[in-house]
Amino acid sequence: MVDTTLLMGAVAYDPKVVTIWEGFRRWLMAEGLLFDFVLYSNYERQVEDLVEGRIDAAWNSPLAWLRSQRLAAARGRSVRSTVMRDTDQDLTSVVVVRTDSDYSALADLKGGSVAVGAVDSPQATLIPLSHLRAAGLRPGEGVTVRRFDVGVGLHGDHVGGERDAARALVAGEVEAACMVDGNHLLFSQEGVLPAGGTRILSQTAPYDHCNLTVVDTAPAGLADRLIELLLSMSYADPQVRPLLDLEGLQVWKQGRTSGYGLLDGAVEEAGFYDAQGRVTAAEYVP
Amino acid sequence: MTLDLGQLGFEQGAHLLVSRALRALPPGGRLAVNGADPALGIHLRAWCRATGHGFAPDPAGGYELVRGRAEEQRWAGAERAGGPSPETIVRRPPARWGLAARGALVEADGPSTPGEASAPRASAPFDLDDRDVVWADLAPRLYAHAAAAQWDPAAAVDWDAGGGLPAAIEAAVVQVMTYLVENEQAALVIPARLLARVHPHFREVQQLLAVQAADEARHVEVFTRRALLHGGEMGTSSAGGRASLETLLTEPDFSLASFLLSVLGEGSFLALLGFLDQHAPDPVTRQVTRLARVDEARHVAFGVAHLEHQAALDPALRGRLRAAVERRHDALADTAGLNADVFDALVVLAAGEWTPEAIARGYRAVQDLHHAMDDGRRQRLARLGFPADEAAELSALHTRNFM
Repeated sequence: MVDTTLLMGAVAYDPKVVTIWEGFRRWLMAEGLLFDFVLYSNYERQVEDLVEGRIDAAWNSPLAWLRSQRLAAARGRSVRSTVMRDTDQDLTSVVVVRTDSDYSALADLKGGSVAVGAVDSPQATLIPLSHLRAAGLRPGEGVTVRRFDVGVGLHGDHVGGERDAARALVAGEVEAACMVDGNHLLFSQEGVLPAGGTRILSQTAPYDHCNLTVVDTAPAGLADRLIELLLSMSYADPQVRPLLDLEGLQVWKQGRTSGYGLLDGAVEEAGFYDAQGRVTAAEYVP
Repeated sequence: MTLDLGQLGFEQGAHLLVSRALRALPPGGRLAVNGADPALGIHLRAWCRATGHGFAPDPAGGYELVRGRAEEQRWAGAERAGGPSPETIVRRPPARWGLAARGALVEADGPSTPGEASAPRASAPFDLDDRDVVWADLAPRLYAHAAAAQWDPAAAVDWDAGGGLPAAIEAAVVQVMTYLVENEQAALVIPARLLARVHPHFREVQQLLAVQAADEARHVEVFTRRALLHGGEMGTSSAGGRASLETLLTEPDFSLASFLLSVLGEGSFLALLGFLDQHAPDPVTRQVTRLARVDEARHVAFGVAHLEHQAALDPALRGRLRAAVERRHDALADTAGLNADVFDALVVLAAGEWTPEAIARGYRAVQDLHHAMDDGRRQRLARLGFPADEAAELSALHTRNFM
């Protein structure tokens, strides 16, 4: 089994994760690839197991990808980003304020409070706080950070923290809130952000999100076959389309690593992981 | 191509205009989008990412979108679920059309569980999916007629009329009504069960069966209401009567169930309801049986039309119909058949009073009713192509419980 089956890790941030990977597993097996998956309750253990070679591949958050690189380097191993969803490319995050506020630039938030997502959310906490730092606002000094720790260990996959941050802004509990662009659209359409009630103060540069990370101890032939099969999936195929819809993509893209610079900088600034990949973040218990 | 959204934002439906403009382009086509909503760039970027379109800010202002392939791919394998009219139905609609409206453009369907090998959906077991088994050309017209002929039990019957019957006559009415309710409940459940199995492509058949069930629901209501109108209790329900009805419920074959219930059972009931109309001792009894009879005549018409259609296509059908009658007869051989209380009540109603002459008259009337039922069954069997002697033989094997 171990040598002939490609084993992938995924984090169970939602019950649908089981449906998604059961579906992919069945499809991949039907295509002749022996594929199985294990579910983790959080990304940290998944990444540790990946680098230890207990699993061959991992569906990784961007933060998990960065840690896997550090952990692998420290052990003389290597990991690669193989594929990602079209929807994982070129995300941005936004800093939102109430329309009736006087702020016209990030620096104006000095002395105020900013709502963010969970401590380990790349899109709603780490990248936006780095964005604030670049504007001269040091979290905890120039600006008070109000964190909404929903789903800690899930690296922001749970939307709850961002939604709570948006609600806190609307309720007047904070001066600003941070979220990914897609959730800003979602919250606007849901009415969590009432029409005309808020405005966008600032937007980050684009960055990338998840990827399928493969460790160098994985059986190369199986890993290559997995990537080949995933890239062959067509949205026009009615057998495959429900799987792609569930996983939230139209096309698998070759994995790229050019979109992780912003988060890498943010991790450094926040001291989230050290160079060896050890978790050094304060108040982070996945 | 350029689209100006004005003040419209994505929280107000801007995606409709963007989608529409993109749809006018081939995949790879470019669309310039301008607008005054401050969040437009943020929302366009997120929306394009989620829907598979390209997005880039235009250095000269506004945004440039590139139409993706996802929508085209989603509909690439779509097919029409036959034609919308009864003339364009197909013989064997595939299970994958499921609940789609007839004639709709149906997205090519994955298996019921993503990634699973192709299999029919467990949630849509429309096993009655052969035009030659369920269809009758008369169905659309009968449905239209049925829909137009629905009546309101509260308004269609003058519930205050009559009353003051002698106790024994009232008891006979109550007994007959109790029997009718029991039979109508069977006649409600059977089409309701069948209609859930009919492929929705044969929509007029489903609609007709649905109205048929609704008809029976009203009959149950008005017969119950008449039974209790003067404060009495319901009558008796015999084991033999219920056993007879239960053999109808267990027939899984659409044609055979329709044959036993509509052609033979409801056909016999037409004569019974006509008898009650004639001998009703009070206006309410007359009105409820008359209303029910009109509905039952429609049910019989569909049953006969559907089986005529099928018998013309399938010469073996008559053999199966015959076997079904014989099977049911054998199953009921050791049961009592018609509830004796019902038989007596019918005699009393036709007699109208407790004199020897009147009872003799009533008894003859019930014998005539049996003959009328038998005549009706034989005529309908003949319409299905049974020779006269075989029709007579089969009619004689029909349940003594009438339905």
